[in-house]
Amino acid sequence: MTSIVAHNVNAWYGKHHALHDITLTMPNQQVTALMGPSGCGKSTFIRTLNRMHEEIPGTRVTGEIRVNDVNLYGGRITAQYVRRHIGMVFQRPNVLPARSIYENVAIGLQINGIARGKALRERVQQSLHQAFLWDEVKDRLDDPAAGLSGGQQQRLCIARALALEPQVLLLDEPTSALDPLSTLQVEDLVRHLKAQYTVVIVTHNLQQATRIADQTAFFLLGRIIEAGPTEQVFARPQHKETEDYITGRFG
Amino acid sequence: MNEVRSVTGAATSAATTHRRTRITVRGMALGDFVLQNGTLLIVIAVLALIAGVFWVVLASSMPTIHQFGWQFLTNQAFDPDHNSFGVGPAIFGTIVTSVFALVFAAPLGIGAAVFLVEFCPRRARTSLAFFTDLLATVPSVVFGLWGFLVLAPWMQHSGEPWLKLHLGFLPFFVGTPRGVGLLTAGMILTVMILPLVIAIAREVMQIVPNEQREALLALGATRWEVVRYAILPFARVGITGGVILALGRALGETIAVTLVIGNQANKISPDLFATGYTLPSVIANQFGEATPGLFRSAVIEAGLILIVMTLIVNVLARLLIARMGRHHRVGGLVA
Repeated sequence: MTSIVAHNVNAWYGKHHALHDITLTMPNQQVTALMGPSGCGKSTFIRTLNRMHEEIPGTRVTGEIRVNDVNLYGGRITAQYVRRHIGMVFQRPNVLPARSIYENVAIGLQINGIARGKALRERVQQSLHQAFLWDEVKDRLDDPAAGLSGGQQQRLCIARALALEPQVLLLDEPTSALDPLSTLQVEDLVRHLKAQYTVVIVTHNLQQATRIADQTAFFLLGRIIEAGPTEQVFARPQHKETEDYITGRFG
Repeated sequence: MNEVRSVTGAATSAATTHRRTRITVRGMALGDFVLQNGTLLIVIAVLALIAGVFWVVLASSMPTIHQFGWQFLTNQAFDPDHNSFGVGPAIFGTIVTSVFALVFAAPLGIGAAVFLVEFCPRRARTSLAFFTDLLATVPSVVFGLWGFLVLAPWMQHSGEPWLKLHLGFLPFFVGTPRGVGLLTAGMILTVMILPLVIAIAREVMQIVPNEQREALLALGATRWEVVRYAILPFARVGITGGVILALGRALGETIAVTLVIGNQANKISPDLFATGYTLPSVIANQFGEATPGLFRSAVIEAGLILIVMTLIVNVLARLLIARMGRHHRVGGLVA
């Protein structure tokens, strides 16, 4: 059981204090949605979960994030190790344009020395199946990834993350650059993936949160205002800010 | 309210008056007509100028072209006393020194750019980049002087003897260490084109989208793997362009090479310690004495060959970049 547990997480960009004492448990086999208006810290928080936050110069994180009781910010854990086990998909599909569809999925396995030859091919195929992409690309695996549509590229990015069999899958607004149909496909995919993975998704689309998330955390100005089962947060919000946000009074 | 309306009314009437008085030529506004044809004229003038230069060079080379034909390219003697002219060693020297510079400047320059863009702390980057750019502004005669006064003596007494001792089994390091020669010229050229390679590689790498870096980082890639799989493939076409541009500069470099290459070559040999000639240094050395007739024609034909060489390099570069660009789009090329 790999829940991911954040405890008293604070984050800074230079002097700007972007996250204040975030404590949140993201349970196994569930989808946790992080929502809130722009600049509320939801993207910052998801980027602390796989230590991508520290790639920006001048940033700092304190607190603990535990997966299987391993503190990701513990002294002996490297950022590479964390990211190899916690997959991430970004806002805009970032396939490697010069590489083939096959290579885009294989690259994570190759750089981490996980599989080669037949095992590699099987793993790539399996990941493309998992991402609901196999039937669309099976006849053109050697074509450049840049030739795929936006929605296909994003599912390719998901396949690339899944190939490493991560313990947690992080999705940072994965559908914000996609058309409605592709968005539904990705949401459908996320609902399936939670059977095997712990999924955390940033969204500022409220309907999306209600459609796919078991649990929702509402961020405002770098703090979690409210977190709980999605139905409860939307139907009976405990805080006025949450209610204002979900009823569309701001944000 | 009335005031506002009257102002708007005035503006409208002004606009209509303006439209009515606009002069047109063949259905075009006068300004557009002048701009289109004026710029066309400028382009034609530039092309005519280039064609004119080429024509003059070609026409002035005719005596030696008639006299020696293709042998001018291979003849090893450039001997005004006996009216025997050829630029074989100069073509050889031009290619050897330029390729030498390219072989060393390309990896060094790309490596330096990778450091500046991917590893260097941001604050240090700006000043380091400034200094490498500054290197490009040093006049070539200063490089030549430094090469002649500092590098060549050092090569004669330390560098070349060391190479001879340790790598003497190679055909490149067998002659008498003289200091001036093909090797020193190649080294000076390396230093001179290095800032160009760094600057272009740096610019191209800086525009690689951050999403590409993140794609690799999120898979657990190290910084080196990010460079290897995300940055360099994305920047490949631009870097190649920069390297070829640098080669063009090396081919045409005159004064710095002339000062350190020795300007003496009667045969082609792989020995890099030997003194040599390049096409630009032939011209720079001989044009003062070039008496009308075959001698002057030979000097000018050296220039003609240089023009053709740089033209070939540029055409090849464009073809290469177009090919790589197509692969980039279609992505068929696999590392």
